[in-house]
This record gives sequence, structure tokens and C-alpha cells, in this order.
Amino acid sequence: MEQNIWRADFPQITEKDMIYLDSAASSLKPNSVIMAVTHYDHDLSANIHRGVYKEAYEATFLYEETREKVARFINAIPEEIVFTRGATAALNLVALSYGLKNIHPGDEIIVSELEHHSSLLPWQNVALKTGAKLVYVPLDSEGRITIANFESVLSDHTKVVALTYISNVLGYITPIAEIITLAHAKKAITVIDAAQAIEHMPVDVKTLKCDFLAFSGHKMLGPTGIGILYGKQEYLEIMEPIEVGGDMNDNVNKYDAEWKDSPYKFEAGTMPIASAIGLGTAIDYWQEHNIMAMEDHVRRLRKYTYTQIKKIPGITIYNPTSETGLIAFNIDGVHAHDASSYFAEHNVCLRAGHHCAQLVMKWLNIEACLRASLFFYNTFADCDRFIDATKNAVKFFHKMGF
Amino acid sequence: MENLENLYREVILEHYKNPRNKGLLPDPSYVTVHIKNPSCGDDITIQTKIKDNQIVDCRHEGKGCSICCSSASVLTETMIGKSTDKAKIIADNYLKMVANKIYDEKIDLEEAEVYIGVRQFPARVKCASIAWQAFMQALAKK
Repeated sequence: MEQNIWRADFPQITEKDMIYLDSAASSLKPNSVIMAVTHYDHDLSANIHRGVYKEAYEATFLYEETREKVARFINAIPEEIVFTRGATAALNLVALSYGLKNIHPGDEIIVSELEHHSSLLPWQNVALKTGAKLVYVPLDSEGRITIANFESVLSDHTKVVALTYISNVLGYITPIAEIITLAHAKKAITVIDAAQAIEHMPVDVKTLKCDFLAFSGHKMLGPTGIGILYGKQEYLEIMEPIEVGGDMNDNVNKYDAEWKDSPYKFEAGTMPIASAIGLGTAIDYWQEHNIMAMEDHVRRLRKYTYTQIKKIPGITIYNPTSETGLIAFNIDGVHAHDASSYFAEHNVCLRAGHHCAQLVMKWLNIEACLRASLFFYNTFADCDRFIDATKNAVKFFHKMGF
Repeated sequence: MENLENLYREVILEHYKNPRNKGLLPDPSYVTVHIKNPSCGDDITIQTKIKDNQIVDCRHEGKGCSICCSSASVLTETMIGKSTDKAKIIADNYLKMVANKIYDEKIDLEEAEVYIGVRQFPARVKCASIAWQAFMQALAKK
């Protein structure tokens, strides 16, 4: 029996017969995170930055402690960490605040067809509203962003480079550090979508030197409703809040008001406090375990599963060389949604559809695909169940006459 | 497993493989409605020709999963020749049936009856609904 030291921490695995291969959409939550969220709701329930009683103090302490934990986790300082609703809200904040004010007609914004809609649409919107030009990095024959292809579109007009660190469909790792260096040589700012990276590799913003970096809590063992925008202080300081209201102001007059310093000026109203505290506990989990050992395990699982799936006639795999835990595929002649119902009937949880990345589907020239995403709590036994289900699915749809 | 087999077995796969009344006509006397299911990329257009409160013709075009495409084909066969009043009642009942809501079981849904199996797959209700919703919109547009 293979040992997986992490598995027992996840009640959905231990309590159900479920093969969860959809962690790239949302990870399962460990007991410690569930307990932390419950502790807030059960024992504290108080608002932050306001009350002086014990519960309010502890809630504020835990919320701000999470900011410090996030900062340490990515090698930033707490002042550079903004809590948001998720990676989507974080990327929108950069585009709506920094982008709309600092981008002008004729400027160029570099994106790619690998972008999740949350990384693409905020900048498409800025381009449409400001008259800037959206420029796509040509993908190579495998669908990767390469340094050479990036250089081919980088110009003196480039003002923003908004790219994914790891593709959420194909799982390719972008050579982001090199790209950031090249972008900075042209004085462009860099906005990195790290939603798929933060749970698969150590991320150090000082080494990367990125200007902004966004990720979500719920893909890295934390709760939904909380995400992080990292921004260099020099940018956060000049950016206007896109939401105004409670808690984010300093001094309110009848006809004007002043804001708190960043990051607080970006956190208007009551934030998802329980989720923020849960994210802090999720980060504890990462700090207590060895992310490289976890990722080694994921890559072994991926290699094994890919090799087996590849042998099945009637399967097309779209990312054969992917270096992370994703397998994007289809059963030939079967729509992804028909196929995913078969897997669901066998308690194998996959994602089917366009994965909020329609440009990837268009690039692959398909309508939709299935995506299996492997994570550290998966086992070879999980992979075998998935492989068997795939073999049987091919037989089933063949028998049904697809 | 049996659920899935039953769902695909009967009418659904037959219509998926051999769709009826497929292909749009460049004829302005048809009311045309296009609906997309943004979560999976299903994309269906329904054309309806109504004359003297009768559905004289109904056509479909689009792409999507077997449930989506077959239900568009079944829709057209069910509706051709019906009065608009009757068509509206059938479509309304069908949409309630697949969504597992209370519906009038006395109304004859003809071949479309088999889509009751979709209730076992709540995630697929949308797939079974979009062609029929497009048809309802066409009736309302008219």
C-alpha cells in the first residue's frame, strides 16, 4: 500500500469514495483550514479594525497575521499584500486602477492565448477603453509561451505585460523570470497570474521582480472568497481605490475624503474575515510541508497517468509535454460534457468545458475538453481508477454508438 | 451507470447521430433565435416559421454535446404542426420536467418524454434546455 503522508488531513478524501482530479479548479481543504474558519464563525464573529473587545481584537490579529504570513510566503512585506475576493478581483484591481489611469492610445499590452479569462478580460477592457493595443505572444507549436516569441512582440510601446505563470489548461510553465527582466528593460510593468503556480512551486516576488502578482486562496487549500494581490509599494501607493466605503478611509468630509495607506485603502467594507483567517492556516500547511516533495509526487503521478492514458486508443491528449499535474484530453468523437457525466457516475471528478480559457480552445481548434488535475493528496491508486474509468468510458461510448 | 445508459440509449443517441430538420434557411419569414451555454460552449440556433398560429416549420443548427444537439432535433420534430398555444404548453412542461420542477404529466411530450432521464444528472439540465429555451424565445418574439 503506497504511503501518502498528506492524505489523512483531507476529510473529503478519508470520508468519501471520491477520486478528486479537479484541484486546478479548487483544491480540497485540510482539517486545519476548516477548523480555522469555524473558529472565527463559532468563537469570534466580530468585525476587524473596529471593536476593542477581546473577540474583535483576536479577529483583527488573525486577519493581519494572515497578511504577514502571505508576505513571508512570497518574500514580500505586509504593506504589499492586498486582500481581494480572489485572483480575478486582484487582476481587475490592477487593470481598473493602474491600467485605466496610466495606459494611453498607442500603448501596447502584451497578453497570450493561454490566459484564463481573469487575466485576459481586464486588459481587453483597458485596451478597448483607452485605445491601447492588445498584443498576443505567438504560442509555439506545443502551445507554449517562449522567450523568443515574447521578444518578437515586445516593443518600445509595450506598457503592460500580463501573463500567466502556469497555464490552467495545458499546465505549461511560462519562463516568467526572463520575461519580466525583458519587460522591465522596456519599462513595462508586469502583472503575473499565479493562480495555478502558487500551489505548485515556491514563488518569490523579490527574485522574480514582478510588479504585480495575483492568486486565489481556494486553489491553495484555503477557502473561497479570498485572494491576494501582491503589488510593489511604489505602484500601490499611486493607485486609486476602485471601491470606496467603510474602513478604507482616514478622514471623511462633506465634499471630499482621504484614504488610508495601501493596502488598507483597497479593502473597503467588511472583508471575508473567516476566509482570510482560513488562508493564513492554509499557508501554515504549506510552510509545515515540503512543497518540492509534494510537487515531485505530482509529477510522478502525472508521468505514470499520462503514459497509461496515451496507450488507450481513441484518446487525444492536448498537452503531452506538460511539466505540471494537468492532463487535457478528449475521447475522440465524444463531447467533453457527455464524457464527464460518465466519469461523474464513477465518482471521478474531472473538469469539462472550456476552463474559462476560450482562446486556448480556439487555439487547439476544439469546442471543449476534459481536464484531470493531479495534486499532492492524490495517489497512484487514484490514477489507476481514473485510467480504468477512461478505458471503460471509451468502450461505453463506442457501445452506445458515438 | 444504468442511468447514463438509459439516458443515451433511446431517442437521444438516434437523434444525435441522425438529426432531423438540421440546417438553417436564409428565409426572413422564420424567427431565428441563437443561444449559447457559456459554461461548456454549447451553441444552438433555432428557426421557427409560424403561420396562422401554427408551427409550419422548425429547424436547428449548432454544436454541443449529445443531449444538447439531440434535444434540438427532438424539439423540431415535436413542434412542427402544433398550434403556437399547444407548442408553448409542451415546451413549458418539458423545461419544468428536465429541471425537476412540478409539471403537468398529462401533457403528452411525445418523444421528448425520454429527457426525464436528465433529472438524474442535474449538471446536464442546461444541455437539455437551451434549444427549448430558444424555441420559447422565438414564440415570444413572434
